[in-house]
Amino acid sequence: MGPVSAAETEVGGVDDPVIHTRALTKRYRGGQLAVDALDLSVPAGSVFGFLGPNGSGKTTTIRMLMGLIEPTSGAARLLGHPMPRAARTVLPQVGALIEGPALYGFLSGRDNLLRYDAADPTADPRTRRARVAAALQRVGLTAAAGKKARAYSLGMKQRLGLASALLQPRRLLVLDEPTNGLDPQGMREIRALIRELAADGTTVFLSSHLLDEIEQVCSHAAVMAQGRLVVQGPVAELAARARGRLVVTTPDTSEAARVLKEQGVADVVVTEEQVSGEPPEREPAELNAALVASGVRVRGFGVERASLEDAFVALTGEGFDVAG
Amino acid sequence: MSRADALPAEGSHAGRTPGPLWSLGLFRSELVITLRRWRTLALLGVLAVVPVLVGIAVKIETRGGSSVGHRGGDGPAFISQVTNNGLFLVFAALAATLPFFLPMAVGVIAGDSIAGEANAGTLRYLLVAPAGRTRLLLAKYTTTLVFCLLAALVVAVSALAVGALLFPLGDLTTISGTRISLADGLGRALLIALVVAASLVGVAALGLFVSTLTGSGIAAMATTVGLLITVQILDQIPQLDALGPYFFSHYWLSFADLMRDPVQWDDLQRNLGLQALYAAVFGSAAWARFAGKDITA
Ligand SMILES: Nc1ncnc2c1ncn2[C@@H]1O[C@H](COP(=O)(O)OP(=O)(O)OP(=O)(O)O)[C@@H](O)[C@H]1O
Ligand SMILES: [Mg+2]
Repeated sequence: MGPVSAAETEVGGVDDPVIHTRALTKRYRGGQLAVDALDLSVPAGSVFGFLGPNGSGKTTTIRMLMGLIEPTSGAARLLGHPMPRAARTVLPQVGALIEGPALYGFLSGRDNLLRYDAADPTADPRTRRARVAAALQRVGLTAAAGKKARAYSLGMKQRLGLASALLQPRRLLVLDEPTNGLDPQGMREIRALIRELAADGTTVFLSSHLLDEIEQVCSHAAVMAQGRLVVQGPVAELAARARGRLVVTTPDTSEAARVLKEQGVADVVVTEEQVSGEPPEREPAELNAALVASGVRVRGFGVERASLEDAFVALTGEGFDVAG
Repeated sequence: MSRADALPAEGSHAGRTPGPLWSLGLFRSELVITLRRWRTLALLGVLAVVPVLVGIAVKIETRGGSSVGHRGGDGPAFISQVTNNGLFLVFAALAATLPFFLPMAVGVIAGDSIAGEANAGTLRYLLVAPAGRTRLLLAKYTTTLVFCLLAALVVAVSALAVGALLFPLGDLTTISGTRISLADGLGRALLIALVVAASLVGVAALGLFVSTLTGSGIAAMATTVGLLITVQILDQIPQLDALGPYFFSHYWLSFADLMRDPVQWDDLQRNLGLQALYAAVFGSAAWARFAGKDITA
């Protein structure tokens, strides 16, 4: 989680969180409680992963932050200003990709960006063309800039959407599933871009389903489930909460399982060549010694590092299923 | 590379303030985008074709030397005069398109203005740009008004061209029977085109309001055009006479009074006043609706 820590000290007025919500709640007109008393705090300079299963309220939260919808109750502050009241002063400093890109199909990629830039009253029309060209360059679309957006592939649209968020230098980028639809190479490029932006001091708020994506680029993360915040904090801390699993590779699986249970290993699972379980709070080497002493032929022995996915499952007590 | 690019994320963005002409850029972009839509061009194309059809029809019907007026003055106003003077085709074409084609075209553009952007999802990106809801609505409405003007001018110019091509041009006789010069006639034609454009201001506001109510461009367009037809039918029902003066289309054909000598201003003024009232009422309603609306599309 290195790339951001340096930036953290640079940005002025760092101590204020860039995004801060208090008891933020949204109930849609249909009666659906989409976000429930959310207290979110995104530190300046962080790359903040916003995780949650489908329908957990990520996009709804982002819409409230960007002033597109009015919270039912609670308050949201963006860059220290209340939203949606301060939209006009705050939003020029915020780039956003919300629920995928939306483009004018009959305009070229370049003209789409010119259009969005013209909508920003603080954007200087004299530098417009240059800034559009730079944004296109940044997302690797220069060659396709003259093509009608209708003829863009999903990934190209996604890139163009990102480019529109990068038309100005921003203090905050809010990206709702930015790698959706991108090929692996595109995903890597976007991740590199995010790291680059973060190194410049831009705070990045990134929603995603992809745990490993969050793990790779984010310094902080929050986990949502059914509209409620389950946990938030530095990624390293979150991952540390889930303990790793002990994995023993052996041909004598049943014997190994018996010994491990005896030694206090919980949730023992036997697969073809492996026995795994939750290690007890003691030196793993003792377990190994016990196995060997019982004549188990140990071919491999180790503790698998906990991933954010383990943390997620541990925290939500479930997988990635949609809650009704 | 521009100055803005070269600077790191710090400082440069903090002090950006809207320029003095903060609304102009958006309005221009709006206008350009509207005119680049295939749909807009098709509507203007249809409007340009109507005078051609009317002109050719009149030409064919009068080929034997008979006059259209013989059939007893039915059909659009002014049509009987076209054979004598091509300039009358301008008035005839405007009279023929004002009840339906022109307001329908305006209804399509106005109805699509907000709802179409919501439908495409582009509305959310305009709003986070941030275009500002009031500013965006103003830009949309102004663009629709420009389209009204453009549409009326397209009909007028096409009619003038066809009229000049198929029929003689020259001094003309007003409805009151006095004669005015061709130059004076052209001036009045322009004035009439402007009044026809102004007659569409009410429909434009109505369409804008409808557009803020739904997230579907097609639904908004259909509703606006439906309302247009309904109002015109209601205006024909004798039992509803008391309401008549409040229907936006009630005084539309008053533009013919500009061809009197001297001009009779009463109905013209009522028309313009009514359009202003519609613009105020439905403009405010659109603003009230749009300013606080949840944009989830
Ligand atoms: N416009 C709307 N009207 C009513 N309910 C809505 C609306 N948009 C979303 N919801 C509901 O609100 C809840 C949260 O939706 P939201 O889009 O915020 O989820 P999400 O976390 O972004 O999901 P995903 O990962 O699929 O993008 C869902 O139960 C959804 O059905
Ligand atoms: Mg979402």
